[in-house]
Amino acid sequence: MTASPSEPRARREPYDLAVVGAGSAGLAGAVTAAELGLAVALLDTSAQTGGQFYRHPAPALGAVRPEALHHDWSAYSDLRGRLAASDVTHLAGHHVWSTVREDDGTWTVHAVTGADGTSERPALIRARALLLATGAYERQLPFPGWTLPGVVGAGGAQAMLKSGLVLPGRRIVVAGSGPLLLAVASSLAAAGAQVPAVVEAAGYLRYARSPRALLANPAKAAEALLHGTALLRHRVPVRLRSAVTEVHGTDRVEAVTVSRLDADWRPVPGTARRIACDALAVGHGLVPQIELATTLGCATRRLPDGTLGLALDDLQETSEPGLWAAGETGGVGGAGLARTEGELAARAVAARLLGRRAGDGRIAELRRRRDRMRAFADVMSAAHAPGPGWQDWLSDDTDVCRCEEVGAGRIREAVAELGARDARTVKLLTRAGMGWCQGRMCGTAVACLAARGGTAEPPAERRPFAVPVRLSTLASLDEGAADPSPGAP
Amino acid sequence: MARTPADLVGAQPDPPFEITFDGRRVTALPGQTVAAALWGAGILAWRTTRDGGRPRGAFCGIGQCYDCLATVNGEPNRRACLVPARPGDAITTQEGHGHDRLTV
Ligand SMILES: Cc1cc2nc3c(=O)[nH]c(=O)nc-3n(C[C@H](O)[C@H](O)[C@H](O)COP(=O)(O)OP(=O)(O)OC[C@H]3O[C@@H](n4cnc5c(N)ncnc54)[C@H](O)[C@@H]3O)c2cc1C
Ligand code: FES
Repeated sequence: MTASPSEPRARREPYDLAVVGAGSAGLAGAVTAAELGLAVALLDTSAQTGGQFYRHPAPALGAVRPEALHHDWSAYSDLRGRLAASDVTHLAGHHVWSTVREDDGTWTVHAVTGADGTSERPALIRARALLLATGAYERQLPFPGWTLPGVVGAGGAQAMLKSGLVLPGRRIVVAGSGPLLLAVASSLAAAGAQVPAVVEAAGYLRYARSPRALLANPAKAAEALLHGTALLRHRVPVRLRSAVTEVHGTDRVEAVTVSRLDADWRPVPGTARRIACDALAVGHGLVPQIELATTLGCATRRLPDGTLGLALDDLQETSEPGLWAAGETGGVGGAGLARTEGELAARAVAARLLGRRAGDGRIAELRRRRDRMRAFADVMSAAHAPGPGWQDWLSDDTDVCRCEEVGAGRIREAVAELGARDARTVKLLTRAGMGWCQGRMCGTAVACLAARGGTAEPPAERRPFAVPVRLSTLASLDEGAADPSPGAP
Repeated sequence: MARTPADLVGAQPDPPFEITFDGRRVTALPGQTVAAALWGAGILAWRTTRDGGRPRGAFCGIGQCYDCLATVNGEPNRRACLVPARPGDAITTQEGHGHDRLTV
């Protein structure tokens, strides 16, 4: 059920459970909880459910075969069908910017509304339990030319293709690190783009060092094979242990330089090779989107690829009682794992709220499945951890912070001459990470540069506002004038 | 082999409509965002940066990077990758960007 402005919804408040994020994890969590008898609100920024993986064209685009851009579409159509049959209140176009625990132990969820959150009607939802399923965003590492139009996130190109049926160019190099690159290259090629190369900074050999995790996850192995054959069919060469170290062009991409990398990701001299293209889709894995939880003080864990995920107990609860998390917020592991964790969290929430023991057979099965998939995710994550040598790609005038246009030279100066040792100090000295994206795009790079080759402290995901909020919205809260019923999307 | 994304998913969209970008006519499909409509017309940049005056457009594609800020019907700082295109929308290149109305 998608809420419309005319519906009297306030009487359902407080909800038993508010779920933030309607991707694989949040959808599975919301429908499971509703099927177990809880009153559930499901909030997502997007007009449609599905999250990043099951992103699909708006109905007006009339896609007869949306599944052509996804494997395992049936898992999504099952969840979507269950959502439609449930009495979950689906609040589309809700951008959650803060979650607060009230004195009586319930949660207040604050959201701005509209396609990009600029509608004048803020929303406020109350719930007894909270499930964070906010997914991840793409990790980026800067290199000369990465701000030129035509350089886009690899996941971003995938997202624009899946939702808008468009491509950033005709000849698209796919580069960076992580299994997502293979999926992106396959879909770009299937959608008619030429993909002259997939350029992967890591080797895939490290996977082979963990044969047990591979054998225990036949679905993942099959998925990789599927992408592999699609790439073969489209004759897309995959270059391992290589990186795009420079993009050429004046006002848009004209070519890229690809270099071989040593084990530390340092470009090997004399290996540079130019590839003509009109777009570059680049990304270095995903970063869990957890600021709503870390702002509340939730404990985190360092993941094998150097990012931070939420530290969760065996039933998906964070260190804050009453706050659960599922999917990429606990570490990147794919849509199947997200679904499993969403269901597990919902069952744990239901057991808590309904005063039952959370020990039935289904829970045991979900836990086993989760542990198996998490083990595989950790192998993957370790294999694609950036080597410290990527910093050699930078020239001093390469913008590291895209928003504030702060070059690598200024950051190096802040570290070498002014003694900055962490991303926070660099930010205060240079403004890197202070712009609109709040350091999401440059955070990894700044932390690495500040660590001077040592182990980078993952940038702490503490953002007082998870999404930008108009001053007028904040002012209206102060005056106690915020409309307590959620605004329409 | 499918030649276009629309072929791939067998898209049978509602009738297309026009928007403008800096006065130039651009055809959009219903259900596309402003960024998707511009990409569809081969336009990759619709903002210039405040310091360097450099061109920028959509980067993350999912509302996280704020590189795609555009002026839509006179209103600045709209994330083009999120805002749906509507018939007659006038998109104009946004020069620089301000923090005037949002707090981050
Ligand atoms: C850009 C991108 C593209 C990807 N493409 C692929 C792919 O092609 N193939 C693949 O195997 N994997 C892909 N992934 C990985 C994919 O995200 C996971 O496999 C899977 O989607 C995880 O499910 P989830 O439910 O944890 O998160 P998601 O599916 O990411 O769902 C999270 C949801 O939370 C919402 N949300 C986040 N913050 C807020 C907030 N503050 N307020 C309200 N709602 C919020 C988001 O809008 C989103 O719908 C991609 C990831 C990204 C970031
Ligand atoms: S492309 Fe990143 S916010 Fe729109």
